[in-house]
Amino acid sequence: MTELHRLTLAELNEGLRARRFSSVELARHFLARIERFNPTLNAFITVTAEQALAAAQKADELIAAGEAQPLAGLPVVHKDIFCTDGVLTTCGSKMLSNFVAPYDATVVERLAQAGVVMLGKTNMDEFAMGSSNENSWYGPVRNPWDTKKVPGGSSGGSAAAVAARLAPAATGTDTGGSIRQPAALTGLSGFKPTYGRVSRYGMIAFASSLDQAGTLTATIRDGAMLLAHMAGFDARDSTSVDTPVPDYLGTLEQPLAGLKVGLLREFFEKGLDEESGKLVREALRLYEKLGAKLIEVSLPNLPLSVPAYYVVAPAECSSNLSRFDGARFGHRCEKPKDLLDMYKRSRGEGFGDEVKRRIMTGTYVLSAGYYDAYYLRAQKVRRLITDDFARAFKQVDVLMGPTSPTPAFDIGAKVDDPVTMYLNDIYTIGANLAGLPACSVPCGQSGGLPVGLQIIGPHFAEAKLLNVAHWYQRETEWHKRIPRGYE
Amino acid sequence: MTMSWETVIGLEIHAQLATGSKIFSSAPTAYGAAPNTQANLVDLGYPGVLPVLNREAVRMAVKFGLAVGATVASRSVFARKNYFYPDLPKGYQISQYEKPIVEKGRLEIVLDDGARKTIGITRAHLEEDAGKSLHEDFQGQSGIDLNRAGTPLLEIVSEPDMRSAKEAVAYLKKVHTLVRYLEICDGNMQEGSFRCDANVSVRRVGADKLGTRCEIKNLNSFRFIEKAINYEVARQIEVIEGGGTIKQETRLYDPDKGETRALRSKEEANDYRYFPDPDLLPVALDDAFISTVRATLPELPDEKAARYMQKFGLSLYDAGVLTASREMGDYYEAVVSGVPGHEKLAANWVMGELSGALNKDGIEVTQSRIDAKRLAGLLVRIADATISGKIAKEVFEQMWAEGQDADAIIEAKGLRQITDTSAIEKTIDEVLAANPRQLADYRSGKDKLFGFFVGQVMKVTGGKANPAQVNELLKRKLSG
Repeated sequence: MTELHRLTLAELNEGLRARRFSSVELARHFLARIERFNPTLNAFITVTAEQALAAAQKADELIAAGEAQPLAGLPVVHKDIFCTDGVLTTCGSKMLSNFVAPYDATVVERLAQAGVVMLGKTNMDEFAMGSSNENSWYGPVRNPWDTKKVPGGSSGGSAAAVAARLAPAATGTDTGGSIRQPAALTGLSGFKPTYGRVSRYGMIAFASSLDQAGTLTATIRDGAMLLAHMAGFDARDSTSVDTPVPDYLGTLEQPLAGLKVGLLREFFEKGLDEESGKLVREALRLYEKLGAKLIEVSLPNLPLSVPAYYVVAPAECSSNLSRFDGARFGHRCEKPKDLLDMYKRSRGEGFGDEVKRRIMTGTYVLSAGYYDAYYLRAQKVRRLITDDFARAFKQVDVLMGPTSPTPAFDIGAKVDDPVTMYLNDIYTIGANLAGLPACSVPCGQSGGLPVGLQIIGPHFAEAKLLNVAHWYQRETEWHKRIPRGYE
Repeated sequence: MTMSWETVIGLEIHAQLATGSKIFSSAPTAYGAAPNTQANLVDLGYPGVLPVLNREAVRMAVKFGLAVGATVASRSVFARKNYFYPDLPKGYQISQYEKPIVEKGRLEIVLDDGARKTIGITRAHLEEDAGKSLHEDFQGQSGIDLNRAGTPLLEIVSEPDMRSAKEAVAYLKKVHTLVRYLEICDGNMQEGSFRCDANVSVRRVGADKLGTRCEIKNLNSFRFIEKAINYEVARQIEVIEGGGTIKQETRLYDPDKGETRALRSKEEANDYRYFPDPDLLPVALDDAFISTVRATLPELPDEKAARYMQKFGLSLYDAGVLTASREMGDYYEAVVSGVPGHEKLAANWVMGELSGALNKDGIEVTQSRIDAKRLAGLLVRIADATISGKIAKEVFEQMWAEGQDADAIIEAKGLRQITDTSAIEKTIDEVLAANPRQLADYRSGKDKLFGFFVGQVMKVTGGKANPAQVNELLKRKLSG
C-alpha cells in the first residue's frame, strides 16, 4: 500500500468505498509520511493523529455499515486559520500560540459532516499576511520541489503538505492570492471561490471584504469534490450568499467548444518571468485546440490593484486584529503594570513584524485627515477594477494569465523588501478586489519549479471555472508530477 | 446685573431596545444576570466569529423613526468605531456613522407657560452597547462584565434646540414616553436602559454663533439632568464672566456632589477611525417593509392627548398627564367607559386620588389596587348623587385598603347621601333652632356665618346630606 499517497482524492474515495483499503490505513499512511517529512518541510503546526485515527475508525464502521457520508474516511488538512473545536488554532501567530478554539469553523464543520478525517492544522503566514510563508511564528515552510525555496503563501503549509503528498487535500484561504500563488509555486490545483460562496464563520479574519476559503488539491476534480460540501449559505455569515450550489462534479466534463477565453494583456507585460510567460501561452494554445477562442482583453485599472489592495487589506486588518489585546484569549505579557502596558506589551510581543507593519499602515489610512486620500480612494479604485472585470466578462467566459510573476524564490530573498514581496500578488489580487472566483493549475516547469496558469471567472461561475480547468488536466500531466523524494 | 445669557442644549439619548436577543448575536439581553453569563462567543469577540444583524432591532428603529416623522433610510450602513477598552471585546464598536437608519425627525414639547415648541431630531442610529468595567472588589485590578456587550441601542441625537434645563427635561420625558408607547424600550433609567448625555453651551443673548460646548455624561435620572445642566450653565457663565474661556471637553456629573468635572478634553479625544463594517451588508429597507412597520404603530401620545382634549374636553395639562404613559391612558379610558359623560370627573380622580395612592405605595398604574372598573363604579355613585365627593374619598380609601366595591362599602356603612328635601329641611330647622345667637348675627349682616350653618348641617348628617341641596335650602330658610 506504499503508493496510497500517489492517488488523488477521487481515487482514494473510490478505493475506500470498494474496500480496497480502510480509512484507518489511509490515516496511518499519511500520518507516517507527516512524521517522516514534516521535520524538513515544517508544513504542520499541529498534527491531530489521535483524533484522526478515531475519526477514521468511525468512518470505516460507517462504510462497512453502508451508511457512509459522501467523503467518509478521506484525510484532509486544514489551514490553521480555521477554528477547530478543542484543537490548537494559532493562525501562525505567537498571539494565538495558546488558543484552543471552542468551536468549529463552518468549513471545518461541513467537511466533517461530509465525513472527512482531519489529520492536522497547517502552517501559514501569520494571520495570512504574506506570500512566502516566512512570516509564521512557527518558522518558514519549505517547498518540496526545492527545500531552499519558499512554497508561497499565505497557505504555504497546506500547499507543501499536499505537494509532498503528506495529505491528499487541504483547505486554504485567499485574501490576495494566498491559495492560488502557493498552488502555482508547488504544482497544485488551487481554487478560490466567489466572495460569499463559502462561509467565513470561524475563519480568523485578515481582511473581511477579501477573505475567502478554498482548496489546495492535486487535481481540479479533487477541489470540486471538497467545494461541493464547503459552499453554500450560512446564516452565521452575513456576507455569505444565499444561492443554490450547483453540481460541480456533474459539469466537469462538458465540452469547451465555443468557449471564449480572455487573455489579460496587463498580465503579460513587464515583470513576468520569461519562461513562465512562455508556458502560460502554451497552455492558452492548448485551449485553442480544444475549441476555445482567444480574445485579448484589457483591464486598464488592474495595475492599480496592488496599491488599492495594500490600503484596503491593512485597513480592515488593523481593526480585525484589535480583539487580540491580551484580555480574553491569546498571548498576554507577563505582569502588566497597567492596562496600557498590557495592551502594548501583549500586542508588541504577540505579533510579528509584517502583521505590525500592516496594522500600522491600516491605522494610518483610516486616520482622520487621511481616510479620504487613502481608504476612500482605494475603495473607488476597487470599484473601477470590478467594473473593468464586469466589462471583460461581457466579451469572454473566462480570463486567463499567469498566477505568479515568477516560480518559487529562495527563502530569505525578499524578506527585507516588503514592496517586492507585495508584487508577488500582482496577478492574483484583482480577483479578490472584485470578489471573483479564480483558480490556478500547474502548466509546466521553469528550472525544475512549477508554474501556474490562472483562470478567473465571473461571479458564481465556479462550475464553469472548474469545467475549464479540468479540461486542461484531461489533456496534460503536470498535475500528476510529484516532487523528487516524495514519490 | 450682568448681561443676560442664553443656554443652548442638545441631547444624545441612548435607548436600549427591548429585543429578546442582542443586536449581533443570539445571546439574551435580560438585565441582572451573573457577570459574563449572557455573553456568547460573538459578544466576547472570539477569533473567527461574525455579527448577524437582529431584524427586530431594525424594526424597532424604524418604528421610532416613523413616530417622530423622520426619514427612514432605504439604505443605512454599519460602521466600526475603533478604540481599545477592556469592556469593548472586539476593539471596535459596531455603530452607524455616515448613514444612520433614521434622519430628520421632530418632537413637540409643551413649555411651562403652555406654549408648544418643536425640538428637531438630527438622527437616530443603531449600535451595540459595550460591557461594564467593575473597579470595586478587585484589589488593584478591574473586573469586566460583558453581559451588556452587544445589547442593541438606539442613539437618538437632537438638534441644539433646547434653551433651558426644563426644556431639556421636557424633551427627554417626551422621548421616554414615546419609546415606551412604541414598546421598543422599557425606559428603566436605574438599570441604564434609557440614558442621556447633554451637550451644553452658553452665549450672549442675541449672539449668532454657538458657544463652545461641553458634553455631560452619566445622567441617569430626570432630576440629575436638570441639576447637572443648571450647574454646568452656571459654571460656564462664571468662567466666561471671569475672563476665561470654555474648553470643549467631556464632563462627568457627580450626583453626590451635585457638580460636573472634566473627564477628558477634545485634544485627548480618540480618533475612532470609522469605516464601514465589512462583516455586515448595508441595511436595505423597502417601502413594503416600512409600511408593515407603520401599520403596527399605536396611537401616539400627542394624538391621544389631542383626542382627549377634543372628545373629552380635557385641558392640555390634563391630557398631557393622562397620556404620559400608555398604561395611564388605558386606565383612564377604561374608567371613562364605566362612567360615560363624566370624563372630567374621571380625569380628576385618576390624576388626583388614584395617582396619589399609587405614588404613596410606589407602584405603577398596572399594579393599582383598584382596577378601572371599580373606580368607575365609585364615580357612578358621585355622578348619580348617591354620595358626595367628600364621602367618595373615604370610600376610595377603604376600596384601596380592602379591595371592595364602592356599592358594598356605601351600603355597609350607610353612606348613601341624603337627597330627601324634607329630611334636609328638618335638619336645617333643628340646626337653626339650636343656634339662635348665630342666626341673629347672620340676619344682622354677618354673611360669613352661612358656612357655619352648612357645616353644622353636614355634621349632624354625618356628611351625607347633598351639599348642593343643603346650600339651596339653607339659603331659602335664612332669607325667609
